[in-house]
Amino acid sequence: MTINRWLHLAVLAAAIALPWALRAFGAEFYLSVASKILVFAIAATSLNLLLGYGGMVSLGHAAFVGLGAYASGVLLSEGVTSSGVHGLVTVAITGIAALAIGAISLRTRGVYFIMITLAFAQMLFYLANSIKGYGGDEGLTVRTRMLLPFGIDLRQPDSFYFVALAVLAAVLLLLSRFAASRFGRAVQALRDDELRAEALGLPTFACKLVVFVAAGVLAGIAGALSVNLQGYVSPNALHWTQSGTLLVMVILGGAGTLWGGVAGAAALLLLQELLAARTEHWEFWTGWVLLAVVLFARRGLAGLFARRST
Amino acid sequence: MTDVLFIEQALNGLQFGLMLFLLAAGLTIVFGVMDMINLAHGSLYMVGAFLAAWLTALSGSFWIGVAGAVLLTALFGMALEVTLLRTLYARDHLSQVLATFALILILNDGVKMVFGTDLPLSAPAALDGPVPLPLGLVYPAWRLLIIGVGLALALLLWVLVQKTRVGALVRAGASNREMSSAMGVDVARLFTLVFGLGAALCAVAGSLLGPLLAVQVGMGENILILAFVVIVIGGIGSIRGALIGSLLVGAVDTLGRTLLQHGLREALPPQWASAAGPALASIAVYVLMAGVLVWRPQGLFPVR
Amino acid sequence: MTDFRRLCSTALAAAMLLTGGAASAADKVKIGFVSTLSGPSSALGVDIRDGFQLAVKLNGGKLGGLPAEVLVSDDQFKPDVARQLFERYVKRDKVDFMTGVVFSNIMLAALPEALDNKVIYISPNAAPSSMAGKDCNPLFFAVSWPNDAYHEAAGAFANQRELKNAYLLAPNYQAGKDSLAGFKRMFKGQIVGENYTKLGQLDYAAELAEIRAAKPQALYIFLPGGMGINFIKQFVGAGLGKDMTLLLPGFSADQDVINPVGPAMAGLFNTAHWSPDFANAANRKFVAEFEKEYKRVPTLYASQGYDAAQLINAAVRDVKGKLDDPDAVRKALRAARFESVRGPFKFNNNQYPIQNYFVRTVGSDGKGGLINKSFNEPILKDHGDAYAQACPMTK
Repeated sequence: MTINRWLHLAVLAAAIALPWALRAFGAEFYLSVASKILVFAIAATSLNLLLGYGGMVSLGHAAFVGLGAYASGVLLSEGVTSSGVHGLVTVAITGIAALAIGAISLRTRGVYFIMITLAFAQMLFYLANSIKGYGGDEGLTVRTRMLLPFGIDLRQPDSFYFVALAVLAAVLLLLSRFAASRFGRAVQALRDDELRAEALGLPTFACKLVVFVAAGVLAGIAGALSVNLQGYVSPNALHWTQSGTLLVMVILGGAGTLWGGVAGAAALLLLQELLAARTEHWEFWTGWVLLAVVLFARRGLAGLFARRST
Repeated sequence: MTDVLFIEQALNGLQFGLMLFLLAAGLTIVFGVMDMINLAHGSLYMVGAFLAAWLTALSGSFWIGVAGAVLLTALFGMALEVTLLRTLYARDHLSQVLATFALILILNDGVKMVFGTDLPLSAPAALDGPVPLPLGLVYPAWRLLIIGVGLALALLLWVLVQKTRVGALVRAGASNREMSSAMGVDVARLFTLVFGLGAALCAVAGSLLGPLLAVQVGMGENILILAFVVIVIGGIGSIRGALIGSLLVGAVDTLGRTLLQHGLREALPPQWASAAGPALASIAVYVLMAGVLVWRPQGLFPVR
Repeated sequence: MTDFRRLCSTALAAAMLLTGGAASAADKVKIGFVSTLSGPSSALGVDIRDGFQLAVKLNGGKLGGLPAEVLVSDDQFKPDVARQLFERYVKRDKVDFMTGVVFSNIMLAALPEALDNKVIYISPNAAPSSMAGKDCNPLFFAVSWPNDAYHEAAGAFANQRELKNAYLLAPNYQAGKDSLAGFKRMFKGQIVGENYTKLGQLDYAAELAEIRAAKPQALYIFLPGGMGINFIKQFVGAGLGKDMTLLLPGFSADQDVINPVGPAMAGLFNTAHWSPDFANAANRKFVAEFEKEYKRVPTLYASQGYDAAQLINAAVRDVKGKLDDPDAVRKALRAARFESVRGPFKFNNNQYPIQNYFVRTVGSDGKGGLINKSFNEPILKDHGDAYAQACPMTK
């Protein structure tokens, strides 16, 4: 276990040192790539919680990311910059939405659950398209950013990077605590065999709903960060293909593992960046990689390096 | 809204719904018989459209282009089934979603590499113009053709499924796969055939809609989701459900769009009304789908 | 534990490939060109690019005496993609100028990446009203025409023809809104309908039914690229051509639309700031060289791309290659000392053009095809835009 902890610290140290390293190589542009990876890592980790730990396959998770982005984006366009307000509103909106959508969707199972989460995501997508007052299908551009305490300016690439890193670290900490907790183990038991869990007296519906809402809120936080990074949000952020991309990240990284979301987000975005520089057909190769992982490496990239599990 | 306008919009809804049916029919059978979620179904529609555009340019005749496209797409679909998709039947739905999502990425870029990002496709000149109809309505000939072909294929499918042996096997497979296999049905060959048929239907839709829309990479993604909505509403595995579902979705979407825009224009500035109308109509479609999933998940015409 | 190793190897790989982004050399001029090069409206971006690169070629691969490096990328008609491309060109490749975008919504989404990093953007097409008034920016130059202009000209022409009422149609985005606002500003008749379609929409069955029901004398549409081609085809297919006069802005009746639509285009009126038959020396050279190089008649998009390059050429020449003095570069750009293919050209205080606008009609090119022919007298002379007064920049 100590090796584990050393590795955690090493990765954290490397992550903290990254901005200086990039600057040393004259590659500051890639700091924004790194920040983008951090934001997607948070979103992918939230889906990992839902799918990997909770066993719920949602094809509409990007809608929560988009909802968080719009919540923060609309506030910024109305001139509200207090990060406290942003945090509260994002959590409230995504929490309520996740509660409503979860309460209805979790009445269904299997493929119907996949379909209904898709339906709700599409509803939100069209809703975003309809609000012409906030850009509609043209998207919403914001020129300001939310103001953090201690005068941290999110327009500074370094500042944003560290804030995102801190949020990701917090999310991962929460996730590891959750996984080890009684509730977490109950949820994982539920994931592995719902019938048995029910027979054992677990309130399965309530458990799943809690996880659904938590995942939605975390996704919303990622979304709020993304609009503060890019200064732009469009309904495309809620499209089902974005949900598909998040799913790809989780599977690539290893669903149900602590670092699955991070590894998957990093792998996919770096693959994209690498390929896009060399060929305009990067989607083609990404597709083959994904296909290979699905067919041959069911536990994701994490599974490729796995020792025999006990 | 005048009567003529309403009828014209209703015809538009019918046209849209019937094309949706061609996609939904293939999708529902694949889902019902093979229990496989195939996200790449929209890509087959795209491949069909591209092949039609390419063959039409090559041969100079639209009809040869369509016929060729249908044949080649069916073959392509069957090849896909035999090599790749077969391995997915035994896997869980999530794996199917991911693998076919990967297929979308591969096919999108693959088509781009072979044909370019888009190809022009025009309807034959004879059918380019309008046709006068009773009640003073003038309607484009091409859209009438689409409606005609759609209805004819719906009838053909009904005959196929209800009256032929193959159809009986398909229905049996949709309602109980294990039993059919136990009864000696050559399930593997049936699946391949069924998949080929679905691909052929996609190609017909792609070729007919090509002149109206645009033959471009990624054209399958939006219509794919609507096809899923249709089969959920209609009932997975049911062709009758797919037809009713398509017509319902087509009507709600098209009529909803125009009626809502008219209504909203009283209250909102035109830019907002024009944005809100179609969006609300689309939302209505998904509300319908969610409603069916919660209260009658097997759909309107369940097969199981 | 093991997913860690995965993470570490990813990080190492990343570190290895991330050594990029050389600092830009001071002895050449780097241009970032982002445009729509794929999809149904790709003809527009391709033409701007071809016009731009032709100008560079005719200048010996140089702009203003410095070797020119033009980095070209496709925004795939997606604002998000354009934004990322702008960021890459501005931050990683450290370009001197950004240019290229066709559509206003895409440009508005990506523009902050250039402006916030003090890089000048020269727009060879999109010139929305939102950047012409109080939000005008000293780093933004429009070398095409203000978004409203063609439509104001069309409105003036409709008055000239004494058309009593009109139905209006445009896609639901900034340029669409600007276009219909422009037409309404000039048109004295009654508006019997104003409809906004989805950007990129290709099936107009519903809209055509509405238009038929409204029975207008004139139909004015703003539908660039593939949208326009589809609409005109479906309009003719629905038999509406004989019931009303279809008025078009220049780019909906340009060569890239005339070719796919065919004979149905003959006789249609449209308004523009440029026509291939303009007799000035710069234009005759441009059209001849373009046809020689690309084997097709240039559209007005190509003329705009060409002029954008010539503008940059003149500015770099006037500052004698010293691109590190931004104020001097801006001043040189504002002076616009170049021979435009459209004839007289000058910038307004908001860095949008002041120029003439003409009516064109689609006629025979003498070789069995169709081409635009302009009327001699401009319908609008020395015309600026309605927003310049709100812009705080002085002349």
